[in-house]
Amino acid sequence: MNDRLKETPSQTAGPYVHIGTAPQTIGRPALPNQPGPVIESNTGEVIVIEGRVIDGAGAPVRDAMLEIWQADGMGRVGDYGLFARATADFDTGTFRFQTVRPGPHAAGHAPHVAVLIFARGINIHLHTRMYFPEDREALAKDPDMRRLEPEAVATLVATEAGQTENGVPLYRFDIRLQGKNETVFFDI
Amino acid sequence: MTTTAFYRRDRTQQPLPLSPGYKSTVLRAPLRPLHALEQTALEQSGPALGHTPLGPLDHDLIRNAATTGDALGERIYVFGRVLDENARPVPNALVEVWQANAAGRYAHVRDGYLAPLDPNFTGCGRCVSDADGRYLFRTIKPGPYPWPNNGSDWRPAHIHLSVFGEAFAQRLITQLYFEGDPLIPLCPIVNTIPDKTVIDRLVARLDMRNQEPFDCLAYRFDIVLRGRRQTHFENRTEGL
Repeated sequence: MNDRLKETPSQTAGPYVHIGTAPQTIGRPALPNQPGPVIESNTGEVIVIEGRVIDGAGAPVRDAMLEIWQADGMGRVGDYGLFARATADFDTGTFRFQTVRPGPHAAGHAPHVAVLIFARGINIHLHTRMYFPEDREALAKDPDMRRLEPEAVATLVATEAGQTENGVPLYRFDIRLQGKNETVFFDI
Repeated sequence: MTTTAFYRRDRTQQPLPLSPGYKSTVLRAPLRPLHALEQTALEQSGPALGHTPLGPLDHDLIRNAATTGDALGERIYVFGRVLDENARPVPNALVEVWQANAAGRYAHVRDGYLAPLDPNFTGCGRCVSDADGRYLFRTIKPGPYPWPNNGSDWRPAHIHLSVFGEAFAQRLITQLYFEGDPLIPLCPIVNTIPDKTVIDRLVARLDMRNQEPFDCLAYRFDIVLRGRRQTHFENRTEGL
């Protein structure tokens, strides 16, 4: 057991993460099969998730890069899992994903989207989850959420924010790195 | 589908989130402890990004943005293996890299360092590990550069790496440094890792045997991702 190798340590992605992970956001062509912020899937209802990563002074983190990984609309993971990557807008700090509403992938667990956050000043990526406000009953029974205080659960639940300009249901999910409503980050 | 759990991440082998010597962490490091959760099939699987074709020059940063000729600088291979904690190779790992040019300047709208851009270099590359976990890039050695932190701090030469293994639980972004660089121990970002032996695992080693004679030096850097817990079944000799 002690002859196990040790995981390579993480370092911050830094402010120039776009060069290698999202060149299309700095005026270069996307590379072949480069993951972007839009997931195409016909397995569920199309939704948009928008938000900002907010630092301890209340300022948006405008160099953040975020990745999501979720079950498809039928609750399937593995080869059916859905992945996307988005970067914060350089001016507003807003990130925006288009995906489909995930189905539940594990018995008793409320559907959710896994979210990773990378940025300058974040030495090892942060892992959180976004849940859906209409799943109140499932959240109350979810074994992971039952171990958290209600105020902590609230940091993980998106808010309904109407519709996009194209009539797609819009969810707002802000991630707070510090402060009274600091988002819950997981060790999974 | 395999759903064996991964070993929990050993945070003693990782940088401290809040490291005031690196000032950006002060407002960006979460101040509450992480909340431990059991993995589900979601974290134990991941996007198959290493199974889709890349561009033919994606791994060659000397040529993949060339307009009038090769990128300027010290020509190097960066190569190694992607392994897991059980020392098994991780095939089909997607490795994405980005770096400054030989003068220490990033080809990025937000980098205002006075050193010149290289019209033949953007510093963006990708490759996928083979069946034995091997990966290879050809690039130029990036230059060190100053950044505002404690006055003018200097980053050691480094290449950023982003790695996707077979599962989301293995996700890793890091930076590799170069053997012998005197700026390594002075760097506030390096020193977010308190343990020098851990820092050493981010240092690529000069490997003369793998040079391209009269062309290109070689630096070796192995990457270790989280491994799955061993099961009794896996320890059995096949056929028993």
